[in-house]
Amino acid sequence: MAALDLITPAGGGTWRFPENEPLRLDSGAVLEGLEIGYQTYGELNADKSNAILICHALTGDQFVASPHPTTGKPGWWLRMIGPGKPLDPQKHFIICSNVIGGCMGSTGPASINPATGKAYGLSFPVITIADMVRAQAMLVKALGIETLFAVIGGSMGGMQAQQWAVDYPERLFSAVILASASRHSAQNIAFHEVGRQAIMADPDWRGGAYADHGVQPGKGLAVARMAAHITYLSEPALQRKFGRELKRDGLSWGFDADFQVESYLRHQGASFVDRFDANSYLYITRATDYFDIADAHGGVLAKAFTRARNVRFCVLSFTSDWLYPTAESRHLVRALTAAGAKAAFVEIESDKGHDAFLLDEPVMDSALAGFLSSAERDRGLA
Amino acid sequence: MTIIREDFREILRLVRPSSRVLDVGCGEGALLDLLAHEKQIDGRGLELSASGVAACMARGLSVVQGDADQDLDHFPDRSFDYAVLSQTLQATRNPRHVLNELLRIAERAIVSFPNFGHWRVRWSLLSRGRMPETKALPLPWWSTPNIHLCTLADFMALIEDLDLRVDACAAFAGQGAARPIDPTKAVENWRAESCLFMLSRNGGPAIGEPSPGSGDLFDG
Repeated sequence: MAALDLITPAGGGTWRFPENEPLRLDSGAVLEGLEIGYQTYGELNADKSNAILICHALTGDQFVASPHPTTGKPGWWLRMIGPGKPLDPQKHFIICSNVIGGCMGSTGPASINPATGKAYGLSFPVITIADMVRAQAMLVKALGIETLFAVIGGSMGGMQAQQWAVDYPERLFSAVILASASRHSAQNIAFHEVGRQAIMADPDWRGGAYADHGVQPGKGLAVARMAAHITYLSEPALQRKFGRELKRDGLSWGFDADFQVESYLRHQGASFVDRFDANSYLYITRATDYFDIADAHGGVLAKAFTRARNVRFCVLSFTSDWLYPTAESRHLVRALTAAGAKAAFVEIESDKGHDAFLLDEPVMDSALAGFLSSAERDRGLA
Repeated sequence: MTIIREDFREILRLVRPSSRVLDVGCGEGALLDLLAHEKQIDGRGLELSASGVAACMARGLSVVQGDADQDLDHFPDRSFDYAVLSQTLQATRNPRHVLNELLRIAERAIVSFPNFGHWRVRWSLLSRGRMPETKALPLPWWSTPNIHLCTLADFMALIEDLDLRVDACAAFAGQGAARPIDPTKAVENWRAESCLFMLSRNGGPAIGEPSPGSGDLFDG
C-alpha cells in the first residue's frame, strides 16, 4: 500500500500506478506508469463501507460534482449529488475517475509516451471497458477500499458497472446501470464509425500525430460530436426544442446555419473540441464497440453474472432512448434473473432520449434513492 | 393500523418465515412489504406497470418490470420457496403455462382467482343474459383484463391435469375472512366468490395440513 500516501482521503487529483504494477490490457499490451485523474466527495467512514464509484459516460469526466476545469461548467451530475440527494457526500464517499484512454488527467493517447517523449497518438494501445475497470479497481484499492458500496454509471458508465460486477463481484455490494447495454449493437458501432471517420478524414488529424504538428482535427471531432449528439436525443425532444425554427428571419438561400437545430449542433460540436481530444474519442468509442460482456462467457450473458449473484442490481432504461433501447436493459435483467442475482428494473417514461439519465427525471431519482437506501439498510449503513 | 387485505392475511399465514418469495404482479409492493416485515422473507417482484415498479423501487423492493406470460421463463428452476400470483392468473395469455412455470421456479405456488362458478355470477348470467358484473368481477366485458376466467371446478380439473397437489385452499367473499374449504366439494363451486390455493408438485415435500383456524402455520 505504498500508493496510499500519494492520495488524499477526500478531494482528488492524479494517482500514479506503483512502478512494479503495470496495467495489463485485454489486447495483450502493458501500460507502465499509468496515471488516473479522479475526484472524491465526502469522507470514507471508519469501516470503509460507504464508498460509491461513479463511472462516467463516453465524453464525461471525473468532474461529476465540481466545476469543469476547462469549461467552468458545473459538475455533470450535480442534480444527483449533494446533501439530501440520492448520492450524498454527507453519508457517502463518492469517487469518480477519468477512464484510461481519456483526456482529463488519466493516461490516454494525448499523454506523453515516456519511451519517446512525444504524445502516444496511435501508438497508444487499444483499450476495452474491462481495461478501464481494471484500472479503476486498482485506484479503489489504493484508496484503501476493499468493497465498494455501489458502482453507478449511465451509458458507457453502465457498461463499466456491469464489468465491475462480472470481474470483481466480491468487491461490490450493489450496481446501478442506467440507460446502458451489455453489448454494442450494429447501429451503435455504425454511429461510432461515422464519428471516427469524420475525425480521420480531417487533414489535421495527421494519422493521429496531430500533437507533434501543433494542430488538432477540430472540424472532424466537431462533426463526430454532432452526429453522436443526435443519438443522445429523441426525435420528439429535438422537435419540441427546435422544430423548424429559423435562426433569423427568412432563409439564407445558402448553407449557413438557417435552422436553430443546425446552430445548436454546430455549437455542440465547437464547444466539444475545446474540452476533448480527438484520439481519445477514437479509443473510447472503440472500447464501447468491443464491449460484449457475454462474449467471454460462451455468448451466454447469464453465465457472465453467475459469480455476481450476491450483488444487488438496479437497472433503469428510458422509453425514448433509441441508442440503448429498453430491450437491451431487459436482456440484461433477464440474464441477471437467470443468474439468480437480486435485480430491480424499470423502464421510465421519458421523451428526452438517451440523455434522460443526466436530466430531471423524478422517477429515476426516487427509484435510485429507494434502491440505495434499502441497500444501505442491508449494508448496515443506515 | 392499515387494513390488510384478507387474501394477504391468508398468504401471510401460509408463508414460512425467512423464505424466498416471488410475487408475480406485485403492484406497488404491499404484499412483499408485509411479508418482509412480518416474515422476514427475501422477496422479489414482477410487475407490468412502470408506476407500480417505480413505487416498489422507491420502497426498496427488488422488483423487475415484466409480465407473467413472458418473464417467468427467465427465472432459474427452484429459485424460490413460493411464487405468488394474486388475482392475475385469469388475465394471463396462457394460464396453464404460467402455472407450470410458477411451480418450476418455486417449490410452492400461491394462486388466487375469482370463481366464475360463484352463484352470483351464475345468477347474473342466467337472469340478465349479459356477461356478469359482480363485486369480484366489476368491469364490463369490453374492458376487463380477465381473458381466461374459470370456475373452481375448472381449476381443479387443470390441477389434476398438471398433476399438482393442493396444500391449502381457502375461499373469500367480500371483506370477510378466509374460510378454509375442500375445493373438491361441488357446493364450494357455488359458494366461493374468490379462491386461494397453495399448490405444489405431486412428489414434492409435504407440509402439515393447515389448521382450520386462522392461526399462523409456522408460529410454534
